[in-house]
Amino acid sequence: MKGNEALAEAAIRAGADAYFGYPITPQSEVIEYLMRENPADRTGMQVLQAESEVAAINMVYGAAGCGKRVLTSSSSPGISLKMEGISYIAGAELPCVVVNVVRAGPGLGTIQPSQSDYFQAVKGGGHGDYKMIVLAPATVQESVDYVKLGFDLAFKYRNPVMILSDGIIGQMMEKVELFEQMERSTEEFEWATVGKKPGKNSVVVTSLQLQSEEQEKVNLRLQAKYREIEKNEVRFETYGCDDAEYLFAAFGSCARITRKAMEMAREKGIRVGLIRPQTLYPFPVDEVNRLASKVKGILTVEMNAGQMVEDVRLAVNGQTRVEFYGRFGGMIPSPDEILKALEQKIIGG
Amino acid sequence: MSEKNIISPENLVYEKTSVMTDRVLHYCPGCGHGTAHRMLAEVIDEMGIQGETIGVAPVGCSVLAYYYFDIDMQEAAHGRAPAVATGIKRVFPDKYVFTYQGDGDLAAIGTAETIHACNRGENILIVFINNGIYGMTGGQMAPTTLPGMKSSTSPRGRDVKTMGNPLKITELIAQLPGTYFVTRQSVHAPANARKAKRALKKAMEYQKLDKGTCFVEIVANCPSGWKMTPAQSNKWMEEHMFPFYPLGDIKVPSE
Repeated sequence: MKGNEALAEAAIRAGADAYFGYPITPQSEVIEYLMRENPADRTGMQVLQAESEVAAINMVYGAAGCGKRVLTSSSSPGISLKMEGISYIAGAELPCVVVNVVRAGPGLGTIQPSQSDYFQAVKGGGHGDYKMIVLAPATVQESVDYVKLGFDLAFKYRNPVMILSDGIIGQMMEKVELFEQMERSTEEFEWATVGKKPGKNSVVVTSLQLQSEEQEKVNLRLQAKYREIEKNEVRFETYGCDDAEYLFAAFGSCARITRKAMEMAREKGIRVGLIRPQTLYPFPVDEVNRLASKVKGILTVEMNAGQMVEDVRLAVNGQTRVEFYGRFGGMIPSPDEILKALEQKIIGG
Repeated sequence: MSEKNIISPENLVYEKTSVMTDRVLHYCPGCGHGTAHRMLAEVIDEMGIQGETIGVAPVGCSVLAYYYFDIDMQEAAHGRAPAVATGIKRVFPDKYVFTYQGDGDLAAIGTAETIHACNRGENILIVFINNGIYGMTGGQMAPTTLPGMKSSTSPRGRDVKTMGNPLKITELIAQLPGTYFVTRQSVHAPANARKAKRALKKAMEYQKLDKGTCFVEIVANCPSGWKMTPAQSNKWMEEHMFPFYPLGDIKVPSE
């Protein structure tokens, strides 16, 4: 299936209650698929094309505030528009899944794939001290599985989850195994606006605290939650790290290309491994730190001007040298280029 | 001793609806918000829908409306209340959903959300408090500020040539096929408040019948923002606001 369509089908099967979105290349197939499939008939899931990404994310806020499983999807410029709403969702501690099929920027940029929204996804993007859980699929299969995982994590922590995909994964056709249709939940949460219950306090969904003392308490509670997430939810894969002299670090589709470069290097006798963070937040700090103590150098490969490399450097904490190789503006690095960069910047550097 | 205890049951002719909490309103003396809140709360009470109503508060003076309505509520980002209400209504089509928004929220930053929710005919009630000024941020010019009217960002009066014209968004909304009932009311005098309440009740009843968007504007005073006493502000409203924003129904159901 095509990545975007598989993801849309996964949303239906994950028992989503609603999708709100606005078309933008290269992710329009998500809403097109949903409109064609008409999940209202299959599961009762609601699908609405909003007037803007701003409206879509606020529809997500409203439905998530009712305790429903809601998602939206967009691509980079549209995600920028959603950032206000994402900050409110994080502040009001509502669960939702936001999919970013990244294209190159800044500005309108180009519709070609990129990973240049790493900072926006991982470091904030919207205002205020908040974090999204960020999942980075490298395959169509993972983008399907992460919809389900995303909802689970979103509800476990009452926190927005972003699936940081890109135009390659969104547009690519791959074999995919879809999970069975899940039933839509009928659970009523005590934090959700479902109508005031007799004898109970009315529920308010808000991110507003006028008193600094109260707002600080909210911030402290959020930070405690983020520490829990960092403790429990780090996910990554490593390849060829046991005997590695050198290390690649890459995520998403770029990690697949880098893996090819790794295999080519090994054929030449260069013992190089690869770490692929599947969660960009929380970042696999401990694992990168552990591997850094064993290798002579790390090359971070990204389809941007060098974003995740900053987190790699923080995790490495000076134990070994960290270099960066990237292509951007919608250009995709070839395994040859990556291998050459390893040889020049790390081995020969 | 509370007031209730000193009034014997046979003499009790009027009491606060239980849909309003006991919290002291933070609104300025003479402000119309309190009465508007109460009229809406009484409607919810009389219809017996306290447990089935979900409200959406705006950003503006009524940002804390959820302190006063004893119903489940969500606080929206500035201007986004109609989108938030859309999200709620789409997953809870059988609940009563309303937004309560000021002029800056609804007619400036949230114009797109307002128009499109109305144009889709979202089956919600939008309550629009129009006092022609940004009250909460300290009296700046609003999209509905009258020509020549002074505010902290139009200190020499609104010059329509450079600052644009006041937006009669309610008339604009009434053009949209998605809206079913559009009216302009006020709450500054008992007779007006009663009329406004009737309009709010009608709107909630239409929502039950799935008729589309109902839009109730309430032209209100802002003594603090207008730098007047409450009495002066009501008089000024009658003399200046009502001629520009005439009270009455703008779109009524054809049947």
